Amino acid sequence: MKAITGNRLSDGAVVYLRDDDQWTTQRSEAARFDDDDIAPVLSAAQLRVREIADAYIIDVSADGAPAGRTIIRETIRGAGPTVRGDLGLQAECCA
Amino acid sequence: MPLLKLFGSDFAPALEEPLQEVSLEDWCDNPQAHADATALVIENDIGVEHFAEDLSSFRIIILNFPTFKDGRAYSQARLLRERFGYTGEIRARGDVLRDQALFMVRCGFDAFEFADEDAAAATAALAEFSFAYQPAADRAEPVWRRRLDRPAAA
Amino acid sequence: MYRYDEFDATLVGERVAQFRGQVERRLSGELSEDQFKPLRLMNGLYLQLHAYMLRVAIPYGTLSSLQMRKLAHVARKYDKGYGHFTTRQNIQYNWPALVDVPDILDDLAEAEMHAIQTSGNCIRNVTSDQFAGAAADEVEDPRIWCEVIRQWSTFHPEFTFLPRKFKIAVTASQNDRAAIRLHDIGLRIYTNDAGEVGFEVIVGGGLGRTPYIGHTIREFLPKKHLLSYLEAVLRVYNLEGRRDNLYKARIKILVNAGGVEKFTDMVEAEWAAIRKSEIDLPAEEIERIRAYFAPPDFEALPAESAALEQKRKGDVAFARWLRVNTVAHKASGYAIVNISLKPVGGIPGDISDVQMEAVADLAAQYSQDEIRATHEQNLVLPHVKKDDLYAVWQALAAQDLATPNISLVSDIIACPGLDYCTLANTRSIPIAQRISERFADLEQQEDIGELKIKISGCINACGHHHVGHIGILGVDKKGEEFYQITLGGSGAEDASLGEIVGRGLSSGDAVSAVEKLVDYYRENRQDNERFIDTYRRLGADPFKEALYAAA
Repeated sequence: MKAITGNRLSDGAVVYLRDDDQWTTQRSEAARFDDDDIAPVLSAAQLRVREIADAYIIDVSADGAPAGRTIIRETIRGAGPTVRGDLGLQAECCA
Repeated sequence: MPLLKLFGSDFAPALEEPLQEVSLEDWCDNPQAHADATALVIENDIGVEHFAEDLSSFRIIILNFPTFKDGRAYSQARLLRERFGYTGEIRARGDVLRDQALFMVRCGFDAFEFADEDAAAATAALAEFSFAYQPAADRAEPVWRRRLDRPAAA
Repeated sequence: MYRYDEFDATLVGERVAQFRGQVERRLSGELSEDQFKPLRLMNGLYLQLHAYMLRVAIPYGTLSSLQMRKLAHVARKYDKGYGHFTTRQNIQYNWPALVDVPDILDDLAEAEMHAIQTSGNCIRNVTSDQFAGAAADEVEDPRIWCEVIRQWSTFHPEFTFLPRKFKIAVTASQNDRAAIRLHDIGLRIYTNDAGEVGFEVIVGGGLGRTPYIGHTIREFLPKKHLLSYLEAVLRVYNLEGRRDNLYKARIKILVNAGGVEKFTDMVEAEWAAIRKSEIDLPAEEIERIRAYFAPPDFEALPAESAALEQKRKGDVAFARWLRVNTVAHKASGYAIVNISLKPVGGIPGDISDVQMEAVADLAAQYSQDEIRATHEQNLVLPHVKKDDLYAVWQALAAQDLATPNISLVSDIIACPGLDYCTLANTRSIPIAQRISERFADLEQQEDIGELKIKISGCINACGHHHVGHIGILGVDKKGEEFYQITLGGSGAEDASLGEIVGRGLSSGDAVSAVEKLVDYYRENRQDNERFIDTYRRLGADPFKEALYAAA
């Protein structure tokens, strides 16, 4: 499965595209797409240049966790630096 | 593709006069066949220093920015102006944004094929900096000279 | 220290105003991200994994206490209470919002600081010897020439869209603390046989995918010609450097592809055409800049301090810190203090706003208001009276800034790696932390002696692994982190590139590998040999054997 991610333009925060076409900082809320369906979704997302600095496709497993070749990168990106557990989304979820 | 030209420190729209363009290579191969050419197009991988002495017959030289990141034409323009005394128009073509305009003017460009800039915005971009640290083709007085000319503090 | 006059202040202020306009154009959608990216990079603003990252220049590594306080203020007000000192005498903030960056830059400008040309394919922040102006072994203060270069290179109209980034380092000592042979241009100030002071010009060094030691293209350049000669080098590079392949675009490739002689001929020909132009500064302007770097008024003090000797004898921990973290100063009765940003298990180069304020306090009280940033991600108080060392040590220790490990096994250079960096393949910081924890015993560290470990999380080599005595390079293999060891590199005056030994290791094995290499060295060293000396004497093979024998 695939999902769409990017960094929010105003502050660079990591965001994911949700089913209702809004951006969310919660990876668990990311919309999941079949591999064949995602190209037009990405094209549409990339047009939203005032909302995000970039947008790209990531591999996710059926439960929404990062998968594939960029698994470490996307896991860290979604959670926060592994060396600063007090920063990033990982800090929010467990606070 | 609006053509803007530099008049003093202002940009103004210029009429798109019909040009007879010839590439440096074609012209070198057979100058007689291109005797009526008015604009010489020099790609940015050509060393102008090998040809420049013969270029004064052209009213316009067009230098190319295939992408804004490719800055070779800045050096070409300075060589044309400062080493070979070329006084005709040097026109920037290609990926030309107002954010590069001041650098281009400082290197000797005076005409610009902007993708999408109006004259007022481009002129404002030229005025963003009051001084320059280093001398270049625009003969702007470098900061060190202004410092020397400054009246001594009382 | 250099102070801005109205020209410098105006230009920096105008740059902030320009960037504020560019940010507005980006937020309104007038500029696309592709168009905006080079503009933000020229102002030091990256987009990393979790957020934007702002890289602020500390020109040639010199800071006042006021400037350090301003850095602390930025960390507190706009970021998450810390900053990260890099290997190029810059500081990075990891969490600024784009919409705040113009305000951050305005605040920095109040303290005569900026982020100009800290990224992009232009001439970057000029780096220098962190002991400049204090070192006993220097010919003159190299920062005079760094400031000359800073001004010449700032908004240089011809050299803002070079094939790739361009880094210049200057030193005036035989002991190279600025890694000049690993820069695009390295300048060494020295006195020639005729008694004249000038520059040795070294071009084409660099790390990254294809590391090279730089070549000397001019043995002696009179000082007055510095800028015209640099302009000639840059013009040749701008016109001739490769632009078809990102990985072959640095000047080192141009120099080495056609040969040093050919490159030198091109530079000399270009220089012959421009050396009489107005590029070089008149003597008056050089003297104006030189005056800012006049040595502070050092007191006439005896070489030894009785107060210091008494404390040294009475306090083993203080004595150790004195041995390891302080260096001889050129003025009698003074010392240079290194501040370690590498506490055991810490993140190399990271510093909190509170620590920054503490360092600023110490600089104001004890070090002529001066602080330096080093390319090894530490700080320096350059001018401390020996009488004051004990008080300085206590204050540093209270802030966890007195780890006595400068140049030792736990004084590790590490790039931010995949914990922050969007280019990285693997993490670097956790490896540094684990090695430093493994070697936490200070007595053992001091016994091991000088050992430079440098860690990069990808082939771009921001952690300088090629020139580590032990280098560690992270490589990604199908979503797993592996680490490759290199041995025998050096970034100092005896510059050399490390040799890769064997296959990639898991992170745990990489830490153990360092331990095995260190054990082998300790068993086989002679006299006062450092790790690198023993390695050079014995060669790679026995070290490889030690590494893989028991694995």
